[in-house]
Amino acid sequence: MFWKSTYNEFLKIAAKPRSYIGVGAITLIVGIILFAMKVDGHNFISFVTQPFEQSLSFEGKILNGNLIAFIILQMLIIHVPLLIALVTGDLVSGEGAMGTIRLLLTKPISRTSILFSKYLAGCAYTLIILLWLVFLALVVGKIIFGTGDLMVLNSEGLVILQEKDLAWRFLSGFSMAFLSLVMIATLSLTLSCFSENSIGPIVSTMAIIILFTIIGALDVPVLQKIQPFLFTTHMVTWRNFFEDPLPVDKIISSAIILFVHIIGLLAIAVYKFNRKDILA
Amino acid sequence: MSDSEEKIVEVKHLVKHYGKFHAVEDVSFDVFRGDVFGFLGPNGAGKSTTIRTLLSLIKPTKGEIRLFGKDLIKNRNYILQRIGCIVEKPDFYKYLSAEKNIEIFARLSGVTVTKSKVHEIIEFVGLKGREKDKLGGFSHGMKQRLGIAQTLIHDPELIILDEPTTGLDPQGIIDIRNLILQLKNERNKTVLLSSHILSEIELIANRMVIISKGKTIVQGSVSELLNAQELVVSFSVDNIEKAKQLLGSLPEKNIIDKIEDKNLLLHISQENIPVINKLFCDNDINVFSIEAKRKLEDYFLKLINT
Repeated sequence: MFWKSTYNEFLKIAAKPRSYIGVGAITLIVGIILFAMKVDGHNFISFVTQPFEQSLSFEGKILNGNLIAFIILQMLIIHVPLLIALVTGDLVSGEGAMGTIRLLLTKPISRTSILFSKYLAGCAYTLIILLWLVFLALVVGKIIFGTGDLMVLNSEGLVILQEKDLAWRFLSGFSMAFLSLVMIATLSLTLSCFSENSIGPIVSTMAIIILFTIIGALDVPVLQKIQPFLFTTHMVTWRNFFEDPLPVDKIISSAIILFVHIIGLLAIAVYKFNRKDILA
Repeated sequence: MSDSEEKIVEVKHLVKHYGKFHAVEDVSFDVFRGDVFGFLGPNGAGKSTTIRTLLSLIKPTKGEIRLFGKDLIKNRNYILQRIGCIVEKPDFYKYLSAEKNIEIFARLSGVTVTKSKVHEIIEFVGLKGREKDKLGGFSHGMKQRLGIAQTLIHDPELIILDEPTTGLDPQGIIDIRNLILQLKNERNKTVLLSSHILSEIELIANRMVIISKGKTIVQGSVSELLNAQELVVSFSVDNIEKAKQLLGSLPEKNIIDKIEDKNLLLHISQENIPVINKLFCDNDINVFSIEAKRKLEDYFLKLINT
């Protein structure tokens, strides 16, 4: 019954027009970035490399598909959560708003199974959105700009990663980004269990992300103590896979914190959904 | 009378409180196999709360609910597999077709439902040809029919319909009423039907319970409950004064309700209609018409205001 329910949830997500807003928005934004980089990419690169040109000489194809993919990921990973929450925040509350929750919960399947079906379908949607972003950024980027070594600018300075060393870094980076986005999907699904309308959980998810991001950026001692425990602090951990040497401890600690958040939020969602009186 | 003595639904002293608000105070009733059972009460009496509790949508504060002889809380899935229901209005996924909506709910019903069964049930409720249409374009009546299709798709033993005719036009009401009677007569289903309209229950149900302010007021056979009441019988006669004198000479007092033109409205039982008629005829009073009316609404109002 669980798999039948999960199949139903896939069908519903696939049939909902809002599910395609994310795909469309990513296609449009990445398309614009690719176009802009194709037209004016060299000026952009010169601007970044200018401070180093007195001490370093750059050779080879710096503006390549790998760099484009990295730039696009960096730009979009903050905005993709909104597109994810648009769908996952509606998974439970949308049924309440439409009234279909009354029929759904009178079927011989436990509420926990229904919730996990929705969660699994939401995670699959998150993966599809991320894979589409990866396809446009990495595959289409490489088709347009070719391939080459990746030059990354971080707080430590300039890191140049060889092309042969990039595939596993991108794969691991995307996996970490997926974990961050699953965290967002879990948050919005949990908020969705508390609401009877679609918009509330979506707006609340974004409000929490903004609030935590601001707290994470404030250089105040009292806030610095909680910053390591905010999930937003760990949403950029995917970038750590493009550092040399690899900060393994930092990556593991971030993954654990995200996992703990996911499990904690899921427990709240299951508790709330099972105790909820359906009055809609 | 019920077709069977097997209790399908047993509700005992059901209570549901939301903080200080008491939605259901003490509701008890039994539904037997083969019943079309009317669950009657004014708006706000606690009908929907009780029905939602029967379907495990709401957790009761107190009380016992047994369906098919089993405790609802301990045997939720076993019980729900044997029930088809519409709670308030039939809401579906507007972005999916009628067929897809039925398939989605059928998949969760606990039995394997073939595509031909889906088409058969859609045809049964009179929606043949609209299977592929999205629900966004369906009228309330069509959604109500689809709701009934959804309740039947897994061939349940008990069908629970919460206010199924609300919002329908007169033709829609007649169609749904006929569909419910078809379910009872052709498919041998037990139907639990809630309504705030007494005449609707009278037309369809064989047994009923009346609740008010969250409490059971009366329960029993519809015909017995209604026939136990006196009738108001209108006699249209040519000589009102003589008729009044004759009625005054009878041992039963205060049987005249009121006089309207040449009509005498009398409080009498059904058995006394031919007696009065014979009395008038034997005394050369011409009777042009006799019309018997049950004071349904008065009866209902009397009960719920008790």
